[in-house]
Formats: sequence, C-alpha cells, structure tokens
Amino acid sequence: MLKTVSFITENFGKYDPKSIDSYLSIGGFTAVKRALTMSSNEIIDMAKAASIKGRGGAAYDTGRKWGQAASVPGLNKVVICNADEGEPCTFKDRAIIENDPFRLLEGMIIAGYTVGAQNGYIYLREEYSHLRPLLVNAIAESKAKGFLGQNILGSGFSFEIHLYSGAGAYVCGEGSTLIESIEGKSGRPRIKPPFIKECGLFQLPTLVNNVETLAIAAAALTHGIDDYIAFGTEKSPGSKIISLAGNVKKPGTYEIPFGLTIREIIYDIGGGITDDHELKFFQLGGASGSIGPASIVDTPYTYEDLSKVGLTVGSGGVLVVDDRTRVIDFVKSIQDFFIHESCGKCTPCREGNRQILRIVDRFVDGAQNPNDLETAERFANIMSNCAFCGLGETAQSTLLSAIKYFPEEFEVKGGN
Amino acid sequence: MSSVNTTTFEVLNRELAAKIDTIITNNANNSTKLVGILLEVQAIVPKQYLPLEIAAYISQKMNIPLSRIYDVISFYAALSDVPRADCVIQLCDSVVCKVTGNTVLKESLQELLGIKVNEITADGKYALEPTACFGACDIAPAIRVNGRVFGHLTSKEKVKMILDNYK
Repeated sequence: MLKTVSFITENFGKYDPKSIDSYLSIGGFTAVKRALTMSSNEIIDMAKAASIKGRGGAAYDTGRKWGQAASVPGLNKVVICNADEGEPCTFKDRAIIENDPFRLLEGMIIAGYTVGAQNGYIYLREEYSHLRPLLVNAIAESKAKGFLGQNILGSGFSFEIHLYSGAGAYVCGEGSTLIESIEGKSGRPRIKPPFIKECGLFQLPTLVNNVETLAIAAAALTHGIDDYIAFGTEKSPGSKIISLAGNVKKPGTYEIPFGLTIREIIYDIGGGITDDHELKFFQLGGASGSIGPASIVDTPYTYEDLSKVGLTVGSGGVLVVDDRTRVIDFVKSIQDFFIHESCGKCTPCREGNRQILRIVDRFVDGAQNPNDLETAERFANIMSNCAFCGLGETAQSTLLSAIKYFPEEFEVKGGN
Repeated sequence: MSSVNTTTFEVLNRELAAKIDTIITNNANNSTKLVGILLEVQAIVPKQYLPLEIAAYISQKMNIPLSRIYDVISFYAALSDVPRADCVIQLCDSVVCKVTGNTVLKESLQELLGIKVNEITADGKYALEPTACFGACDIAPAIRVNGRVFGHLTSKEKVKMILDNYK
C-alpha cells in the first residue's frame, strides 16, 4: 500500500521549474488569483481551519500568526521566507525550491496580501547557493507576467520579492537573527520584546514563515482545504514533508500523512535498515530534536503522540541510526555541532556547551568522573531554561533524551 | 583610512577592483546586501578569501566602517579572512554523514591530497575544510567542491574520480 501522499509536493516533476509558462500550463498561480478575490480574514480563517503548524520547527499555528501580523498597525510591512534550512538531516525546503519554486513565490504573495505587506524577502542559505538561479529566474518571470510588482492582476495589491543570501550560520534560522543578517550584520539574536511581528526587519512589522509553510498555504488555496485535512489525525490534520536519512535503505524527502507510525516511515517508506542491521534509535527534527529508542518505534508521527514520548516533529527530519553507532559518539557529534554554531552572545549557551563538551569527551573516552552525568544534566537544564534564543534552549535535547532512554550508556565503568 | 592608501596592494589589481565595483553596483550599493556582496567578491578573489586590502576597498566604496565588515567576515563560516585555495573541498562532518559512515571518504581525501582536515596543500591548490550539514543527507556521505555537491562517496575510487576533475 502506498503510504506517501501528494498535496504539498503534487507539482514535483510535473513542470519545468525554470519556466513560468510551464508552471502556468499546469494551472500555476491559481492560488494567487483565488486569494486576491478573498478578504484577508477569509484567508486567515482558512489557514486556521487547516491547522497548519509552522514547518521550520517551532510548530506555531500559521493562521494565528497571520492573524496577528495582519492586525499589527502599519502601512509598510514585510514577509520573510526562511530558507535557511540548517538542521542536520533536513533537506525538504531544498526539495521544494528545486522542484516547485513558483509555488513558494505564490505562498509569499498570498502571505503578503493577507497581512498587508509590500515586500517579501527570501533568506536562502549559502549551502543552497546552487538554487539561487532558479529563484532569481522565478522572481523575474513572475514579475514580467504581472504576478509581482505594482497592482498585481489589477487587484490594487503591490508586492516585490527580494533574494538575500546567508553565509553558513545555523543560528540565522532563528527569526530575529535572520533579520540581523538581512540587514547586513553578523547573526546574533535580538532581545524580545519588541516582537518581530511589531518591529522586525528595518524596524517594520515582520512575518517570518518557513518554505514548506508557505508552500502548504499556496496548495491549500489552489485546492481548498478539504483534501488536505482529510489526511492525518483529528489533532494533527494534513501532511508533512519529511527528510529521511541515516542508516536507511531509501533516504529522501517524502510527503506523508500525519499518523503513520515511525516504524512505517523507516521500514515501509525507507525500506528498512541498511545492511539489515538493527534499529537502535532515531532522531526527529534535526540536531535540536530529541532521540527515541527502537522500543518506541510504533509511536504515531503526530504532534500529540510524539509529545507524549518527549519527541517533536520539528523540521521534519527523521534520522535513522542502527547498532553500529554508540549513543555517546552520536551525542558528541551533536555537541561539536552546537559548539561551532553557538553565536556566543549569551553565557548559558556559550559556556554551557563548552563545559558539557568536556564532560561528553570524558564519556567518549570512558574516563568520566562519578558526578559528571549529574553535572551535565544540570548544565543542560540551565541552558534549556536560560539561553537567550531557541538554539541554546534546544541544544541539549539530544543529551537529555539520551540520558533518559539510554542510561546504561552513561554508567560509570570500573571501580566505582 | 589613511593606512589603506599606503598599503601595498598584492591581490587587488585594477581588473579585480573593476569586478568588485560591478558586484557592488549590481547590488545597488545597498549596505543590507553586505553578506551577499562579500560572498560574491570572495568567489572571484584568488584563493577564495577576503584580504584586508579588499575588505578596506569595500569599506571605502560602500561607506561602511571596516569594523563592521570584519564583524561580518569573522562571524560567518562561509567567509574567510585568510587564504584558502583554488579548490576548496568541504567535508560534511555532521551527524548524518557520520552515522552513514564517512570515514572512508575522510581518509581517502586525506590520502589523495596528502593533507589532513583543516589543512591546505603546499602549492595552495586544495583546501580540505570540515563543514556543517549542507542538506545533502539523502546522498550521504557527501562533500562540496567549490560549492558543488557530490554524494554517495563510499569508496576511494569514487573520491578520486571527483578530484580528477579539479586538477
């Protein structure tokens, strides 16, 4: 039985992403045309009814976010598309831009119309610079055909899209940090309040949405939401693009309805473990996500069921790890990543990561001190509670979940 | 800025300056485009880096304090103020490439190039840099060579075939 679905990804492979004529020949820009006949409130209600949760990782309700952005006073607002997909084991935004760049632009135009913005910015990570020509062309062709620019399709609504480049900083995936980067500065998060919805890019009211979130909005306006919410479960309706990788036979991006079990994702969609090894654990949502052991592989992939076992959907990354990797080596690799990516602004994250790495290194060598585990856990909890931004708050998800599910891997060996 | 005028330019010749001017003009001399401008300039400088003379030149041209230019260069992993190489090979050292088994890839690169990770060959031709995940996990283990991604690098033969294209 086919477990994947095709709603967000329905256009993949169906047209030439370098050509707006090709996109128009498969019914492209239906969503924008429809949106322009609706009121802002109607679109917001539709997004709320579809219960689209933000797909960058924070899972904030998109309809609610759009409603707040629309109600902020201001004649000049901006919409930012966050294409700084930096979580390890996450490449679904790459798939959307590669296969369906025009739908992303549609999503941005609709978001701009809904919240009353005149300018849109795409922040594309440096690692995806090879996708830049596709977006440059899509923006130019859309403008030439009157889907961008002044008075779009005679609606009186005007909107421009600008393309900005990141330069290899994971922390720039955080909303306010991304804004600093678009302003031409180093990427360090801003204090809130003021919230970016009121005072963001160039001090203007700003809406930041992930690539996939905007693509879903465009798909929902193309087809209506009935087909979309028919997928999934009552509390997690719809579908999600996952990035499946690691020790799995068929890695790749797949659109799945919420509610499949993780077992179905790994074995039916992914074809099982490479070299027929044993599943040891999996990590959901990238480096900032928690790990789950093979014993909970029958958990359904929904927001509510994952939360019960301490996991999150996050960015949609599904990293499969078999018995060839030690949990502590995995933790060490994640810890190295966060040492490299911490911006250094706040003490809990800058120093916490360093001190935890020293302890993790001792565990890797089997030379840990008796109180190391307790200290690492305490520091990790301080970071989760006190770090300045989401990076520091979530950096220790791997360690904390590893301690919870694999306590034996941290046991003091030898004389104690 | 007086120090700039007395500096002996070693990299910045007339031709390169003209190209940098074009990049700045194409970006409408917009200071908010600084990150992108620096990336574009770095890509056309020999050895793919931003020496002081070029940072100072951009600072003057765009009327941005040199300290702010260095704030940006020193912060972002993709920008470098020290010489790299003609051919920059970035080895993904993220957790996905590790669990997928990138030891063969790493060892093959080190052996074929005769350098370790974080080193540059004596002739300045190749640099081998570790890098965070660049989103090619579906074809892990992977490398990026001058921005281009190559995956499924599970044997020394495959690595050699790619390096042969960058002789």
